[in-house]
Order: sequence, then C-alpha cells, then structure tokens
Amino acid sequence: MSNKYSLRLRKFILAARAILIAQYSLMIEYRAEIVLWALSGLLPLIMLALWQESQSSISSIFSRDNLSRYFISAFIVRQFTAVWVMVTFEEDTIEGRMAPYLLQPIAPFWRYYLSHIAEQISRIPIVILMLIILILFSPNLFWMPGLKDVVMGLIAIYLAFSVRFMLHWNFSMLCFWTERSSSVERLLMIPYLFLSGLLAPIDSFPAFIKSFALFTPFPYILYYPSKIIAGLEVNTLSVLMTLLFWLTLFTCTGRLLWHFGLKRYSAMGS
Amino acid sequence: MISIDVKGLSKNYQIAEKEPGLRGSLKYLFLRTSREVKAVQGINFSINEGEMVGFIGPNGAGKTTTLKMLCGLIHPSSGLISVAGYKPQRRSPKFLRKITLVMGQKQQLIWDLPPIESLLVNAAIYGISESETKRRIKNLGEMLELDDELYRPVRKLSLGQRMKAELLASLLHLPSVLFLDEPTLGLDVNSQIRVRDFLLEYNRKYGATIFLTSHYMADITSLCERVLVLHKGNLFHDGSMASLTEKLTPYRSVKIEFSNLYPLSEFRKYGSIHESNDHYVHLLIPRERVIPNISEILEKYSVTDLEIKDPPIENLISRLFLKDSKK
Repeated sequence: MSNKYSLRLRKFILAARAILIAQYSLMIEYRAEIVLWALSGLLPLIMLALWQESQSSISSIFSRDNLSRYFISAFIVRQFTAVWVMVTFEEDTIEGRMAPYLLQPIAPFWRYYLSHIAEQISRIPIVILMLIILILFSPNLFWMPGLKDVVMGLIAIYLAFSVRFMLHWNFSMLCFWTERSSSVERLLMIPYLFLSGLLAPIDSFPAFIKSFALFTPFPYILYYPSKIIAGLEVNTLSVLMTLLFWLTLFTCTGRLLWHFGLKRYSAMGS
Repeated sequence: MISIDVKGLSKNYQIAEKEPGLRGSLKYLFLRTSREVKAVQGINFSINEGEMVGFIGPNGAGKTTTLKMLCGLIHPSSGLISVAGYKPQRRSPKFLRKITLVMGQKQQLIWDLPPIESLLVNAAIYGISESETKRRIKNLGEMLELDDELYRPVRKLSLGQRMKAELLASLLHLPSVLFLDEPTLGLDVNSQIRVRDFLLEYNRKYGATIFLTSHYMADITSLCERVLVLHKGNLFHDGSMASLTEKLTPYRSVKIEFSNLYPLSEFRKYGSIHESNDHYVHLLIPRERVIPNISEILEKYSVTDLEIKDPPIENLISRLFLKDSKK
C-alpha cells in the first residue's frame, strides 16, 4: 500500500518538475516582461523614501534604520508573493484553454501554482540586481540579516505566497458562476494595500484598525514576513502558525469551490 | 466489446437573454431573464472498441456539447454515459489516461515554446518513462512526418505542422478512445490528407475507438463507415456512411467553364442550374446522371475547366432537414 502511494508521489513530483521546467522556459521567453513586473513592485521603496522624509508617528515606533530595513524587506516579500492567478484562470476558462488541462491526470491547480513558482525563480536575479543598485546608491541602507532571520523569512515568504495564492484561487472559482472574476482582483487590492503593511507598518495604525487587520490574512501576507526578515521584534512561531491556519482554511474552501464549480463548468470557448 | 455507451443523454443550459440597444442594456442591468436551451435531448447510441464513427450535424445541433459530456468536461443534465468502462464526469485519472480530446480550433501546446517542451510535460504527467517517451515521439513523429518541427517554437509553425504536433501531444499516452472535434479545420488539402492517413494508421495500429466531428465531408467519408447525425439535440441518423450519403447527396455539384458562349437553356436538360454567368455554369446533377451527362457536355462543348464535388455537408444536411420538415 505504501509502495503504491510512494510511486504515485514520485510520479507527481516528476510531473511537477516537468511543468516547472516548461514554465521556467516560458518565463525566460518573457524576460523583458519579468523586469517590468519586478519594477512594478517598487512601491515599498517609494514608501520608504516618503516615510523617511516625513515627521510622522511612525518615527516613534520605528527607528530610521528599522524603517528602512522594514521597507526593503517588504520590497523582497512583495516581489515573491506576486499573484495573478485570477487573470490567467479567467482567460483560460473563457478562451477554452481550461478544457485540455481538465482532461489530463493532474489537477489544473498545479499548473497555475507552478507557473507562479517558475516566475519567482526567474525573478530572483532581477531582484538581487535591484537590491545591489539600491545599496550602491544608498550604502547606509545595507544591513546583514542573521541566518535565522533569513531562514525563517524564507519560510514565511513561501507560506505568505501560498496563502495569497490560495486566497486568489478561491476567488478565481467565481469564474464558474459569473464567467468574469478578475474584477474581484482589483477589489482585493484595496484591503491588500491598506491592511498588508505595504503603505505603512501596521503598528503605526490606530489600535482599532490594527485589531481589525489582524483578523484578516493581509498582515500575514506582507507585514509580518517583512518584520521577520528585517530582524524586528515579532513572534515568528505565531506568524508561521497563523499563516498555516489561513493556508489550511483557503485550501479547504478552494477544494469545495472547485468541486461545486466544476459541476457548473460549461467548457465555454472550447 | 462496447467502448462508448450512451443512454438517454440530455443537456440543458440556461442562457441569459438581452434585448438590443440602450433600453435593453438598462433592463439587462436590473432585470435579467434567461431561457432554457435543450442542447441534447435523450440520445442513445453505443460504439464498439476500434470503431471509427463520424458525428455530424448542422451548427448548434449539440455535437460539441455531446463530445464535452463524453470526455467528462461537462456534466449531463440526465442520462448515462460509459466510456471505456468509466463514468466520464468523475474524471478519474484512470479514465483520463484512456481518452484524449483533440480540438481543431484549440490547442494545448505552449505557444512560445517548441512542441517538444509540451510533449515532455505530457510524458511526465502521464508517467511515461524517458526511454518510452523518446520511442513514442519517434514512432508517432514518423507517422505524422514530424521531425525538426518539434524543436521550433509553436508560433513559428504552419497551421498544418501545429495540428500534427497537437495530435502527437494528445496521443503520446496512446489513448484507446479519441474524441476529435474538427481536427482538420483550416488545414490545406495535403495536411488534411496526412491527418486522415495518420488517424487511420493509429486506429489500425492501436485498435483505438475514434469519435469524430467534422464539417469536411471528406474526413467523414474517408475515415468512418458509420455516422451519427444530430439535429436540434436529437439523433437523426445512426447508420452506415453509404446510406447517409445516398440520403444526403442525391445530387452532385458540377462547375463548368467554357471557352465559348452558349445559351443557358441548353444546359437545363443536364441538371438544375444553381449559378451561371457568360462562360460558366454551376449545375446540380442527379448522382446517377453525372457520368453520362458530363461525357455529353465534354463532347458537345469546349470545356476549359471542370469541377465535380459533393455540396458542403452543411448544405446537404440543411436540405435534408428542410425536406423532412416539409413532409
């Protein structure tokens, strides 16, 4: 019995590896586009420049050094938690590309998930280059994060990406009911911008907004992983456990929505 | 042994209706109405293993809907389907390994990469070993006359080369049931012939069941002995190709060009005149009169060009249904 499962797992790993390689090759074809996508993730660095120049309440919570570390970490986290599954899922469903995916013995979910991973891998050198340029222009921004912070930060980034991916995956399923779901992505951008800590650290928010934000997944997608990498005070274990909670929740709802959505699927466009 | 078994299969859709113009748009914004479309209405048929069956009908007859239900893409409203012993709508991995769906107007190949990359992904998904993948690509590639094309980006291939690569990708796991939806759509005549020859060879070599829809009569006549005709969601005909051809094409379309001018009235005795101008006449001649009438025309007139063919299948089917509704 265990042999059967290990064989199945081995086959799945080989299939995932092949999809990942093909998707990586595809991303390399679009290298100019990846540079532009990476540049579009500069918002945390812009916010860093803005907050450093302003005399706001943030300065009482974050020192100048900690603020720059936070926003540089937020820049890194944002680069590796970019998700666009709602757009591609909608395109594939409406234009009929979903049909061949559904007829292969691997869940279409993995194609989308692995294409995001492939894009992240292809983004690594560009992000490193951008960080080098940033440090060359402002050497005082450089700091050497501790090994523990890096390892925990990487785990947090991966979990944060997975949570954000699953959140968007859940909303992608709306396609089965409304045929258009990508407009929800624009709607999701609003809480993401304000509650994830992208524009300002959550700790600088009024208490009631902060309490509200902590009931949503958004601070865990960006704010806390950034704090972990920046080496700021944070309960790492609690952050990772909360991320796991959101991941489990969204995975369960995603599976349910997929199950019911497929029954409504009309294979349009194919 | 039965490969595809369909009993009382139906599919109904709800379609939103919108009146044209601004008023219609405003009404549609606040109050939406929909109507039920009965795409497929209780059809029954069964297909044996290794059989090649043509599935034809006018546009909107329900062919593609049926095909989508047979391969498990959509759930039927009612009825039972069994394909290779499985319920398609469950989409079990074992079932998915036994079937394939090839759509002439859609492709699964990754547009910006060479087909070989998609083939390797498919091989891994179906758990085919590296050596076996190489062997299958070689064998199927030879059957399809594909070689260097597998290493050029899909976007740089011609439509015919793309379709052949698409077939290779869809058949790499050697499925025993093939659903083909317009596989020769848009291909030139040579490519159409190659695809047909390939399908015949695949059927012979692997004993696969082939269920094919096409608007090209030649696809159906050269591949299928049996044909199912669907009209308005109902199965209109299930029988041999010969009986359907006789039923559908009592006439053949004959286009003739002349070097001289002749009175049009002279041609009425050969068949009904469909179209004409100074040096050209398009006749519809009863099937049994084609050879004697053409021989006489060639003898009596100076013919510069001649084309004899069956009218497009869409026209034939429409004529048949028109005749049927007049009865």
